[in-house]
Amino acid sequence: MELVRQLTNIWCHIMKNNSLVSISDYSKEEILAILDSAADFEANPNRKTLDGKVIATLFFEPSTRTRLSFETAVVRLGGSIIGFSDAATSSSSKGETLNDTILMVSCYADAIVMRHPLEGAARFASEVAPVPIVNAGDGSNQHPSQTLLDLYSILKTQGTLENLTICLVGDLKYGRTVHSLIMAMSHFHPTFKFIAPDELKMPDEYKVFCDKNNIAYTEANELTDNFNDSDILYMTRVQKERFQDLMEYERVKNVYTLKNDMLANSKPNLRILHPLPRVTEIDPDVDSNEKAYYFRQAQNGLYVRQAIMSKVLNQK
Amino acid sequence: MEKELKVAALRNGTVIDHIPADKLYKVVSILHLDTCEHQITIGNNLDSAKVGKKGIIKISDRAFEEDETNKIALIAPNAKINIIRDYLVVEKRPLTLPAEIKEIVQCANPNCITNNQPVTTRFHVQFHDEEVMLKCHYCEREVQRDKVKIK
Repeated sequence: MELVRQLTNIWCHIMKNNSLVSISDYSKEEILAILDSAADFEANPNRKTLDGKVIATLFFEPSTRTRLSFETAVVRLGGSIIGFSDAATSSSSKGETLNDTILMVSCYADAIVMRHPLEGAARFASEVAPVPIVNAGDGSNQHPSQTLLDLYSILKTQGTLENLTICLVGDLKYGRTVHSLIMAMSHFHPTFKFIAPDELKMPDEYKVFCDKNNIAYTEANELTDNFNDSDILYMTRVQKERFQDLMEYERVKNVYTLKNDMLANSKPNLRILHPLPRVTEIDPDVDSNEKAYYFRQAQNGLYVRQAIMSKVLNQK
Repeated sequence: MEKELKVAALRNGTVIDHIPADKLYKVVSILHLDTCEHQITIGNNLDSAKVGKKGIIKISDRAFEEDETNKIALIAPNAKINIIRDYLVVEKRPLTLPAEIKEIVQCANPNCITNNQPVTTRFHVQFHDEEVMLKCHYCEREVQRDKVKIK
């Protein structure tokens, strides 16, 4: 019995280490391996690597897009899904702690995909759960599968991740996708352009991170043609709820509306990414431009999440 | 001028001296001295040439381990730790900030899991040039050393 207990503990420890909580959990080599694996899944999306596995998707706050993408990935890999899509239908609404919910669900599932409104929830869950945790967003902190699908989209459209100029536009203060993208791209010698209103400019800690990693960056307030030498134009939503002064929001929201004619002098290889949903920041007239890549970017999320789920469960 | 002994000499134990007066009770809390059963002498607002007004704590018959005393390095980095045996100082211990600080600091982010669920706080101590920053292990937010909230 003692041997069984020890083996179980070792197994639990190995599985715990497979959690994906933050993009900084992955080395450059692991990131590239995920992107390779995603390409394999894109070529053949219906491999049954998760046959017989049960995956719990615990969405303590709603997220239709991310949840459907993860669930589709699991189903295409032959796994089964349990879980909930709204905390109101879970025991947390009765006051159950996250600790207890995670331990209970771990009894049923081989891995847990979770989104939670509190920052750090996924890290904590990964420390108490005997099964791998995949963070599908914890408040405004981390959303590593989004970052990996952004990298996959950049790699697919540019043929490389090295030495690219990436223009980040919009809410650079609260937008977790742009923060994680900076950290992930730091392995690949990028140059960044940060375009945001003063109220939403890139926080100092990320500029310090760039300085420490010898990453060049510039800052600007106006979108106009500031991206003409960029390879990637990464648009984000300017979030109305962040502004204390709604007049200020009204002033800046149109500054960050990308229109088709603004792309006239951009590089031929430029591609426009957006984590979606968009509101006003990309005019629908851009959709027909070959440089608009945001819907295919969302589709790439499926292959990347297939790669992630296979990796955390050690399935090739 | 004749020196006046304001706090009784200690035979065996630990003396924590040169605590800034406004940090004394935080040190008491961090070291859990409120529940310590050893004899404790606490002096505060004593005159100090170095820090103006200082606090001093003497704990009899207890030699604190280094990882315990280092917990106060965050709020009283210039405090002096002396380990006493038979009225003699047998060890003068410098304070060193530990790489990780558990429990005593509250995360400044109201949306952090540690402020909303029964989760023990953990912070990683980082150095940005001359500046000491604490990074929350859970929500990953950084806060400057002099802006941390002690629980």
